[in-house]
Amino acid sequence: MSLTAADIQEIMRLIEVSNFDELTLETNGLKLMLRRGAAAGAAPAVTALPAAMLPAAAPAPAPAPRPAAPTAAPALAASADAGQDVPSPMLGTFYRAPKPGAPPFVEIGAEVEADTVIGIIEVMKLMSTVRAGLRGRVTQILASDGVLVEFGEVLLRISPAA
Amino acid sequence: MAIRRVFIANRGEIAARIIRTCRQLGIETVLGVSQADRHSLPARMADRAVCIGASRPTDSYLKVETIVHAALLTGADAIHPGYGFLSERAALAQLCEDNGLVFIGPTPAQINAVGDKLRARSEAEAADVPVVPGAAVNSTAEAVEAAARIGTPLLVKAVGGGGGRGMKRVDHLDDVAAAVELASAEAGAAFGDPRVYLERYVSRGRHVEVQVLGDGRGEVIHLGERDCSVQRRYQKLIEETPAVGLSVGLLASLREAGVRFARRLNYRGAGTVEFLVDMERDCFYFLEMNARIQVEHPVTEAVTGIDLVAEQIAIAAGEGLRMRQDEVVFRGSAIECRINAEDPMRDFHPSPGIVSEAVWPMGAGLRVDTHIETGSFVPPFYDSLLGKVIAHGADRAAAIATLQQALAAMRVEGVATNRDFHRHVLANAEFRQGGVDTGFVARLPPITQDE
Repeated sequence: MSLTAADIQEIMRLIEVSNFDELTLETNGLKLMLRRGAAAGAAPAVTALPAAMLPAAAPAPAPAPRPAAPTAAPALAASADAGQDVPSPMLGTFYRAPKPGAPPFVEIGAEVEADTVIGIIEVMKLMSTVRAGLRGRVTQILASDGVLVEFGEVLLRISPAA
Repeated sequence: MAIRRVFIANRGEIAARIIRTCRQLGIETVLGVSQADRHSLPARMADRAVCIGASRPTDSYLKVETIVHAALLTGADAIHPGYGFLSERAALAQLCEDNGLVFIGPTPAQINAVGDKLRARSEAEAADVPVVPGAAVNSTAEAVEAAARIGTPLLVKAVGGGGGRGMKRVDHLDDVAAAVELASAEAGAAFGDPRVYLERYVSRGRHVEVQVLGDGRGEVIHLGERDCSVQRRYQKLIEETPAVGLSVGLLASLREAGVRFARRLNYRGAGTVEFLVDMERDCFYFLEMNARIQVEHPVTEAVTGIDLVAEQIAIAAGEGLRMRQDEVVFRGSAIECRINAEDPMRDFHPSPGIVSEAVWPMGAGLRVDTHIETGSFVPPFYDSLLGKVIAHGADRAAAIATLQQALAAMRVEGVATNRDFHRHVLANAEFRQGGVDTGFVARLPPITQDE
């Protein structure tokens, strides 16, 4: 699903007439967080997932960013420091190395290209390679070897190359 | 084997309903959710929820391997498929079997036997269950010949279709050839199976189905029937039990026919055998068998006091049938209204969005199965069922009265709902008299704005 700017405005309108303070909506390639500030009126914070997650023809909407609500700001800043999330493209068992005992595809500090393989995900013995999706340096590895990862779960973070 | 942890491969109200019974039984639940359902009520009710994929069903709820992998890796020992999605896919049942998971449902062979309409029809004939006069046709010439024998009006149906999809009505023999060719081409494109068959069209019929439970070893009992004749374009809207206005003899033979059909398959689990009651000829024909729990199962639970999901789990765990036929007692009358996010003022167009307020009715004789609460998001990717309001009373009039009060009290705002359609039907004299045919909804005068 790709949301248009009009969709987001409509969702904001719905929030405004509701008695809710916060809405988090995640769809393929887009994470939308809307939160009412302490002051009257809604202060939206829209974060797009990394380009790797976006379906080819669904550009992230780029609404003019109004000042984010104070509560939302620290979380956004922290994740920007750590780099961009590389989410799992599917549910399955994550493997950091091509085979047991072999060195991992990437370690913290590794310089990667968009097409660098960072892991393998297995679904009922079918192996799929996962690529970095962007050029940069690996800052964090969150998914453990041989463990179930969910769709969208952050596998690692990459600080994009300048 | 004892089932300790169930993976639920479904969403919406049925996911919530399965979780509720599992909790009562002390069984843990893992729910596979799509991205759109991550924050849904069932996702929070389950002991654990795992995101199996993106929002579109083909990326999540229809991925057989992903679901089995998720079930295995989360330590589940069984999968409950609910209804729709993969519930009647033999591939899921088979993959469960191959990987030591209990599939809470029938065997792959039974799913295949009832999933193919032609196969199901021949099984019905073999079980001495009446079928609608009709014929499988392999060519246009054959179709024209068969149509002359069956007589008009008749239906051209796709072998791979279901739920009203892939069906065409023909009123004149001259139109048979064109309709068959078109239906076959459409069926090939939609279902990947161009085979069609012809069937006598019953001008005044009632949809009456029999709930059965089988132990998989040939023992089958029925839990009565449900009348689902209030349909719009073959989609059920109101279901009730018992079916009123049928002769005692017809009802008894209908229930027996349902049991006979399931027994012939050595059916395992809960299933429903659907019949079309021909009101003019006072007889019935086998339509199909649904090899799963059904949306409308709560009306049966209301009058029998039997938890059908608990029985599904018991059968899957190898406990067999926990009651004999003569222990099944029917008390009173129950009616269910399906509340959908669709706008009756706009030709029942789906109405996804955020539910700004949800207040469901409560009270004696009332049950609401739903996954919707204030703030819920109704995604556009799935069917529009928001919840089911079920009333149980000493008799049908009492159940209708309870439903009317319940619908007047419920409030679901932010998305359009068909609530007022239901109120319109419940107030209708023909409906209140009981025993309407499947053409009832189409004959209803349109709802006006001020109702």
